[in-house]
Amino acid sequence: MSRILTVKNLVTRFYTFDGVVHALNGVSFHLDHGETLAIVGESGSGKSVTMMSLLHLLPMPPARIEEGEAVFEDDDGPIDLLKLSKPERRRVRGGKIGYIFQDALSALNPVMTVGRQVRESIMEHLSLDQKAARERTIQLLEHVGIPGAKSRYGNYPHQFSGGMRQRVMIAVAIACDPKIVIADEPTTALDVTVQAQIIELTKRIQDELGISVIWITHDLGVVAGIADRVLVMYAGSAVEISPVDRLYEHPQHPYTEGLLAALPRVGAKRGKRLASIKGSPPDLQEPPRHCQFAWRCPYNFDRCWASAPPLFEVGEGHYTKCYYDMDQERPR
Amino acid sequence: MADTADIKETGLLVDQAAETGFRSRLIYVGRLLWRDKTGLVGLIMFLIVVISAVFAPVLAPYDPLRQDLRAAKQPPAWSEEGDISHPLGTDNLGRDILSRIIYGSRVSLTVGFFGVLIACSLGLLIGLIAGYLGGRVDNVIMGLVNLILALPYLVFVVFIAAILGQGLIIVILIFGFTDIPIFVRITRGEVLRIRESGFVEAALSIGSTRKRIIFNHILPNLIGPLITIATFEMSAMIFYEAGLGFLGLSVPPSVPSWGNMLATGRKYLTIYPWIATFPGLAIVFTGLGMNLLGDWLRDVLDPRLRRMKK
Repeated sequence: MSRILTVKNLVTRFYTFDGVVHALNGVSFHLDHGETLAIVGESGSGKSVTMMSLLHLLPMPPARIEEGEAVFEDDDGPIDLLKLSKPERRRVRGGKIGYIFQDALSALNPVMTVGRQVRESIMEHLSLDQKAARERTIQLLEHVGIPGAKSRYGNYPHQFSGGMRQRVMIAVAIACDPKIVIADEPTTALDVTVQAQIIELTKRIQDELGISVIWITHDLGVVAGIADRVLVMYAGSAVEISPVDRLYEHPQHPYTEGLLAALPRVGAKRGKRLASIKGSPPDLQEPPRHCQFAWRCPYNFDRCWASAPPLFEVGEGHYTKCYYDMDQERPR
Repeated sequence: MADTADIKETGLLVDQAAETGFRSRLIYVGRLLWRDKTGLVGLIMFLIVVISAVFAPVLAPYDPLRQDLRAAKQPPAWSEEGDISHPLGTDNLGRDILSRIIYGSRVSLTVGFFGVLIACSLGLLIGLIAGYLGGRVDNVIMGLVNLILALPYLVFVVFIAAILGQGLIIVILIFGFTDIPIFVRITRGEVLRIRESGFVEAALSIGSTRKRIIFNHILPNLIGPLITIATFEMSAMIFYEAGLGFLGLSVPPSVPSWGNMLATGRKYLTIYPWIATFPGLAIVFTGLGMNLLGDWLRDVLDPRLRRMKK
């Protein structure tokens, strides 16, 4: 499979009044054509910041992208997303990379009809006149499963249910045939049945249009169902990257192991407390000098406190940032 | 709880959406008014004032400037010496008070309307600039705004009016410009809020230009709060105009205005109280009506409040 996006050593910091927040400390990953990459991690681990850095959606200042490159394979050759001019960025946003936001209600303008909001994206990128854009909008709305799309065109966001709103967001994201769709926790605010529908829809559209999807979530259950590969983030670093099956069977980072152990299981003994990872994430205002998970890690030893671990390859397409070999149960 | 509220809201608004024609919208607004009677009362009071201003020549029984010294200081029709020919009595020069009040509404509404128009449009522009650009521009603009707002308003206005002299246009300009800071402040606050909102972020993520974001996303969301504030400010301007008129600093004494009538009536307040009372009531009537209307607009233009007020 060919690469569509290669991100190398992305460093993003926030220069706030209270000090520097080290939001991303060298995140590297890649995305292949047509695959789904899930990014998991707890709140504040840098999942969204990574994606928003790629699209320059972070408020700057205080945010600053300090290092790294993000090579996107465009039709006419590779481009570095981090070094684009303003008009080029606009062309990429929506045109090449679509973004689905977590909270569809706040991501839709309350005083603008749904149809117009989808049309806006189309008219920004494709050279269509109003009428053609309207036609395409209605097609898109039908495509994402909004019944009676034609009559719903003139409705306002508050007249849609949560699931329907998320469908509209998906329509906006795919309106201009993007290569990549970034789904930023699109199912978190929805109830489980609607979640399943949205996941189904995303998969269907992905197959039909051949797009690559980056799915940000903290729900490992969802990940198992949709992802080809998983990127686990912790405190601004990608601590483990793995094909989805391997990750569940052989987690190679103590944090991933902890996350999986914390999953509630159907049929577990009643009255038993759910497992949890002790401690709390580190203060991102301290520049990372050693493994950021060391405080909470059951396996930590002297080397963990001496330097930040590099990315070790531990299997085919499986990488981890950990000095401890969990298969051998000894330091590497 | 949230669910039931949601259903209520959708139920209400689906009716509105069924047809988006002008007529169905009018019916929808009518139903909203019927549900909130104070808003209806406010609207009616406001319309009475507007109609009397527009149709003053038709409605007024007399020429407001015509003096009739023989009929001077006549009390209102319901008092013993009153006469039905002058329902609200006459003033010290025998001018019909009802006619003068009807004509006076023209001055009040003109000042209120154009004053707010100037203040609102300029305030919107400056507020947009301050809120959207931020940084040093914002600091300078807000510094000036706070400086002006820190001055005691009436003293400030009286001071300027005393320098510039009388005249309708001058009064409109004074109110129009001195009221800019209020609108700047509201607009800037709203712009800051909207700029950080999800849908502006979403618009950025689909590659919208700055122009498109301002015109499609920020401006339409400003209309609600601005209309509400404009209503309150208009009623405040009508008050202040009357205040200036009372001090002889508004339109020339020859023009019938509520403020001028108050000034005339003041001298006779103890002997012929009706001369000052009726224009005073007219001011209160207008102010009350507009404030009720503004309250209602604030509720109606904000969908969240619309939901809470059943």
